[in-house]
Amino acid sequence: MIDRHHVSLETNYMGLTLRNPVVASAGPLTQTVDGVKSLADGGVGAVVMYSLFEEQIRREAEAMAELEEMYEDSYAESLSFFPSVPDSDRDASHAYLTLVEESAKAIDVPLIASLNGSSMGGWTQTARRLADAGASAIELNIYFVPGDIFMSGSAVEERHVEIVSAVKDTVDIPVAVKLSPFFSSVGNMALQLDAAGADGLVLFNRFLQPDIDLGRVTVESGVSLSSPVEARLPRTWIAVLHGKLRASLAATTGVDTADDVIKYILAGADVVMTTSALLRHGTAYSSVLVDGLAKWLSAREISLSKARGLLAVPENAEASAYEREGYVSALHKAKETYGSLR
Amino acid sequence: MKMIIDGNEAAADVAYRVSELCSIYPITPSSTMAELADDWSAHRRTNIWGQVPTVIEMQSEGGAAGAMHGALQGGALSTTFTASQGLLLMIPNMYRIAGELTSTVFHVAARSLATQGLSIFGDHQDVMAVRQTGVCLLSSASVQEAHDMAAIAHSATLRTRLPIVHFFDGFRTSHELNTMQQISDDQLRQFIPHDLVLEHRARALSPANPFIRGTAQNPDTYFQSRETANTFYTWAPKVIAGEMDKFAELTGRRYHLVEYHGAPDAERVVVVMGSGIEAITPVVDRLNAEGGRVGVIQIRLYRPFPTDDFLAALPASVKTVAVLDRTKEPGASGEPMFLDVSSVLAEAVASGRREVLPTVIGGRYGLSSKEFTPAMVKAIFDEMAAEKPKPRFTVGIHDDVTHLSLDYDPSLDLEDPETLRAVFYGLGSDGTVGANKNTIKILGSSDDTFAQGYFVYDSKKSGSRTVSHLRFGPNPIHAPYLVSQAGFIGCHHWSILERVDVLEFARPGTTLLLNSPHGDDTWAHLPEPMQRKIIELGLNVYAIDAGKVARAAGLGSRTNTILQTCFFAISGVLPRETAIQKIKDAISKTYARKSAEVVRKNHEAVDSTLAQLHKVEVPEAATSEHGFIPPVPENAPQFVRTVTATMLSGRGDDLPVSALPVDGSYPSGTTKFEKRNISEIVAEWDPETCIQCGNCAFVCPHAVLRAKSYSDDQLDGAPEGFLYAPLNAAGLPSTQYTLQVYVEDCTGCGLCVEACPVRPIGQPSRRAINLTPKLEREAEKEAVEFFEQIPQNDRARVDFGTVRGTQFLEPLFEFSGACAGCGETPYLKLLSQLFGDRAIIANATGCSSIYGGNLPTTPWAKNAQGRGPAWSNSLFEDNAEFGLGMRLAADLHENLARTRLTEVKDQFGDDEFVDSILNARQEAGSELADQVERVTRLKAQLEGMSGPAVEDLRSVADQLIRRSVWIVGGDGWAYDIGSAGVDHVLASGRNVNILVLDTEVYSNTGGQSSKSTPLGAVAKFASGGKQTNKKDMAMQAMAYGSVYVARVAMGADPQQTLKAFREAEAYDGPSLIIAYSHCIAHGYDIRKGLEQQYRAVNSGHWPLMRYNPVIRDLGGNPFLLDSPRPRMSLSKYQSAELRYKVLKAADPEEAARLTELAQDQVDRRWAEYEELAMRGAEEFAADPRSHA
Repeated sequence: MIDRHHVSLETNYMGLTLRNPVVASAGPLTQTVDGVKSLADGGVGAVVMYSLFEEQIRREAEAMAELEEMYEDSYAESLSFFPSVPDSDRDASHAYLTLVEESAKAIDVPLIASLNGSSMGGWTQTARRLADAGASAIELNIYFVPGDIFMSGSAVEERHVEIVSAVKDTVDIPVAVKLSPFFSSVGNMALQLDAAGADGLVLFNRFLQPDIDLGRVTVESGVSLSSPVEARLPRTWIAVLHGKLRASLAATTGVDTADDVIKYILAGADVVMTTSALLRHGTAYSSVLVDGLAKWLSAREISLSKARGLLAVPENAEASAYEREGYVSALHKAKETYGSLR
Repeated sequence: MKMIIDGNEAAADVAYRVSELCSIYPITPSSTMAELADDWSAHRRTNIWGQVPTVIEMQSEGGAAGAMHGALQGGALSTTFTASQGLLLMIPNMYRIAGELTSTVFHVAARSLATQGLSIFGDHQDVMAVRQTGVCLLSSASVQEAHDMAAIAHSATLRTRLPIVHFFDGFRTSHELNTMQQISDDQLRQFIPHDLVLEHRARALSPANPFIRGTAQNPDTYFQSRETANTFYTWAPKVIAGEMDKFAELTGRRYHLVEYHGAPDAERVVVVMGSGIEAITPVVDRLNAEGGRVGVIQIRLYRPFPTDDFLAALPASVKTVAVLDRTKEPGASGEPMFLDVSSVLAEAVASGRREVLPTVIGGRYGLSSKEFTPAMVKAIFDEMAAEKPKPRFTVGIHDDVTHLSLDYDPSLDLEDPETLRAVFYGLGSDGTVGANKNTIKILGSSDDTFAQGYFVYDSKKSGSRTVSHLRFGPNPIHAPYLVSQAGFIGCHHWSILERVDVLEFARPGTTLLLNSPHGDDTWAHLPEPMQRKIIELGLNVYAIDAGKVARAAGLGSRTNTILQTCFFAISGVLPRETAIQKIKDAISKTYARKSAEVVRKNHEAVDSTLAQLHKVEVPEAATSEHGFIPPVPENAPQFVRTVTATMLSGRGDDLPVSALPVDGSYPSGTTKFEKRNISEIVAEWDPETCIQCGNCAFVCPHAVLRAKSYSDDQLDGAPEGFLYAPLNAAGLPSTQYTLQVYVEDCTGCGLCVEACPVRPIGQPSRRAINLTPKLEREAEKEAVEFFEQIPQNDRARVDFGTVRGTQFLEPLFEFSGACAGCGETPYLKLLSQLFGDRAIIANATGCSSIYGGNLPTTPWAKNAQGRGPAWSNSLFEDNAEFGLGMRLAADLHENLARTRLTEVKDQFGDDEFVDSILNARQEAGSELADQVERVTRLKAQLEGMSGPAVEDLRSVADQLIRRSVWIVGGDGWAYDIGSAGVDHVLASGRNVNILVLDTEVYSNTGGQSSKSTPLGAVAKFASGGKQTNKKDMAMQAMAYGSVYVARVAMGADPQQTLKAFREAEAYDGPSLIIAYSHCIAHGYDIRKGLEQQYRAVNSGHWPLMRYNPVIRDLGGNPFLLDSPRPRMSLSKYQSAELRYKVLKAADPEEAARLTELAQDQVDRRWAEYEELAMRGAEEFAADPRSHA
């Protein structure tokens, strides 16, 4: 029997060696060095920083420039309202870079910086600066505003590939892509990104889907923490993609207990990411997740590498047939439970 | 090194580098010098000795001079920058500094003084007012001279030991951009005698070598002592001339104390000082070329007057001398320089140094930046040639009263034909001026081009018209006057050409660029007189829809780059390709560090501009059927139709002396005749959604939202589109409510939308009041007219105690030229609604005196009965005292009225009526309305009576209506320059109301730090973030125990604001209201001003409170804490404002440190306030007046 304290959880994620496969995903806990440190101290295998929003930063810089000029030369006595602030080579991403630099020094697990945007401009330069600041890897969060009905699917795909290639050309550290599930063919998109050089794929991004407040009759934006049922979609795709890509696979969304971690591993995830669980239960909770995984592995006397992908779609199986089989059986089960769906 | 800078920078660039201390205070037009010094110091720029000079802002110019005097006594090389009233405040110290033979330089951008009116513009009234103090006066005539003479002044002051006022013409030189050569640090080091610096230091006070300076002297020795310095003044001209020679050796630029230019055998010579010389020289050359014998003398050193140099410079052949003074000394036998020249010549003849005494005549010119052109100069020379020239004259105006003015032919053009002259019409903040400054730098940066730029602004802070006058050419440009015959005219807004003649400066063949939204129809939309002129002069007309190009490029409404590109493309000033590349380079340079996105968008805009620019086909005859839009309606009062309208259409220069009031008194309420139409989007009321709460009208800074309730029958004859809804009040059936938007006056600021608490169901982005395009609302002008004739609600029946109620009170402060969305004006409007019909207002100089009293039009208005606020501005520093004086006069005359009324009581035969007047309670709105009625009746009865007591009573009867005295100003006044006066008036116990419109910065002069500026905020003079806490004026005032105090923020709690205003006014003693006023100087779109007020209060930055001594007298706790315990962090409040954000971007650690300290301070103050709010009454100081 494998002693759970001696189960090796060592994991290779995009060529980085992690002490275990539980990773803190991009989220609000990483906004300070102390927050990052507390995550690492909690026991995760790696930390992904919150996303540096490229557009937002550019917009802010633009807005600052605009504000500085907004009321200039309006009246003979007041031609301007601000002194020229002492020169600084710091731009708006400076704070983020400093945080990356200081956090990377403060922890002994890999720190993955996250970059969020949807256009080409500025990415590569920022990626290089993130690498210089000490990030072990970069996670690209390619975010399109859902609702643009004029951009074709192929254009969206091309944009993803272009961005990944461009960033890969500039940095030596691994690059992961966090993508959305809304491609006509998610699997093919994954293959394209793999071919473009992505070192990891993070499944999936959650889009903001606003609610409606009936009392105030308004649309309410807001983020909610994910729930385990949401894990099914990424898990399915991980099961499909496992073994078919050069890139590592990271699962994210819907992790609350160690069981959710184990399920992802069994489906074929190299690493399992969560923010929701750590927000709900505190940063120390990652050790509960890690211990739960170890305990499960040791109870079944199975190594992590053996468990990983145990329930993935077999490499030689035809994915759609496999899925369809699952779909048919799901329908069958639903009929049993709820009566005919006809 | 070649530079293109303005006169202020030219002077400051030297002054800073040769000083150790700059003690400063902002005042237009000199503020830029102080701001630059502060900026350089913040950027650690060193002086020529490797030290970073200290720059310290004081509470007034008096303070700056005091600190300077002290620093000089301490041995530091000190300088200061000032103008106008600021220089006057320095006079006491100037006597001292001169009396002690102390080396220093005052750099002055010479400006008018406040007399019948204040003026920020240039003349020599200020410097002439210090000529008697013992300082030397050294004058510069151009940007280059401002630089060079600054150096000469600093060197000469050390050599002569006499303090020097170095001055140049305000705005004309201080704000003119021109090409000049910079003196290097090395040259300055060679020039400024270091041994004399050491001697200066050695004269300092030191305990190591103690002595006493500044003794009190007695009749036995004061006089002789005063004579001891004579030799210094005798030597000074020679010494200064020596410095000029040395300067010439170093730089190649040669100056003399007195400069003569013209024929050696001249018969007519003009004497002048300042920039005017450059308008005279070309005339002299022209006249001499035509065989005339004329010349001009430029005085550079005015004090000590260089008699020998003057006599040497003036040719012996001269028969007539005209001395031009840019000042006025009413009642004198002549202006100062005229008297100097006259006495010098008279003495020279008497002593035999000259044979003949020429005829000397004296003229005034150029007051308040009045244009002074070669055409006027020609008129002066012509006058001198007359058989009997006018002994005293003026030029540049039309004096039809005393007939002193000279006529001149304005078409005379003596400008260098190789110079390209261009004029651009823009609106304030639209980027036109910025783009033109940029163009000057682009063109002027090449070695073979010289450039000049001068910018004219109108009197409004929002939607003001700017006119840029630019010159470019292969030769140095000496033309200190506006462009008159332009080769290029750009009109950047269609609305301008509809109102003013933008072709005023056109000549045959001028290229005209129009920013036109009318596409191919552009020609048809031009006013007929403009079409005619275009055809007559054969203008080349181009058009572009810059707004469209800007929007397509993602630049919003910023059209500056696009129009600048057009200028480069069609003016021929540079080869097209070169020009376009230069613009792009300039854009990259300006924005690269700030935002790559802005660079990209602007480059894109440049490219698409060239594709969109098109030539307008000019037909052979004018086709338009419309003229210019008249500046005021036909039914305006006569004064407005004649005088005001002339000013409004930009032709105020043409008004003759007789047209203007003799004592500076102007009619109230004239803004309403000026329909400015400055915004394309305006408020629109949605009667169905509206709950009639009055919040929007309450916050409207421009009084363009008016509410009335009225009976159904008033609706008869209502025009189509007139909006109304049943009045939302119980017990008033058949009553309608209208919230009328004055569409032509609305500035589209959006504060009303932000204040509206309701949303139509399912439309979360809409409110009961929204901004919509004005073009679709033309019909509403008729609605406004109809609304105006509905009677105003009866004041006796309005609920003064609620925000909802106040909307029915007529604003007597309306349509001011304040910034769109101004945070100050809503408070003034409220004041006018509540107390306007019996208010008298003392207004400190600043934003509120500008939008409140800057001609042509005045926003303080009167009601249908002809009553309204009476308003005056004295100075910046004395406003509290000024207002107290108004109170004292009111009290005196109220007593007189009571006495006389009692004396003549019998003559009325109605004791009850007289007693009702004498004993009236005048607190509630209805009581005051009754008293107004009674006093009106009394006045009518007095008309039919006679006798000395009756006449006395008639003159003061109105004082029987309780007069409301308001003392209004900004934080620069209340916290800084007027602080001592405010304190004294608060301590006086008299019934005055002080309203501090607190923007936490000197807003009017462009955002300089005051003692109200919060810790950590970036402002001018606080580039690195303010390092000390904001003064808690409320706590200071409370300490007296007899002062009513309130801190309010309308955007956070309008009801509390209203309560405070009413309590303060009702309080029989001094009251102080400190009102949070959001401001463009805070650096955000002030449409969000109310939200920021809410955050200011709810973060604890601006705790709302009232302190009411009356409650203390009644045994209660007088301290009322009106805002809730802070529920957000200070940084949340700060995060929206550029004044905090810039520091965060530049120095995040320092920003974090200051924010933390500020948060601590907020927490501590809150705890203190809470403790105060829970104390017993006896723990507060009693009001000694009620315990007498």
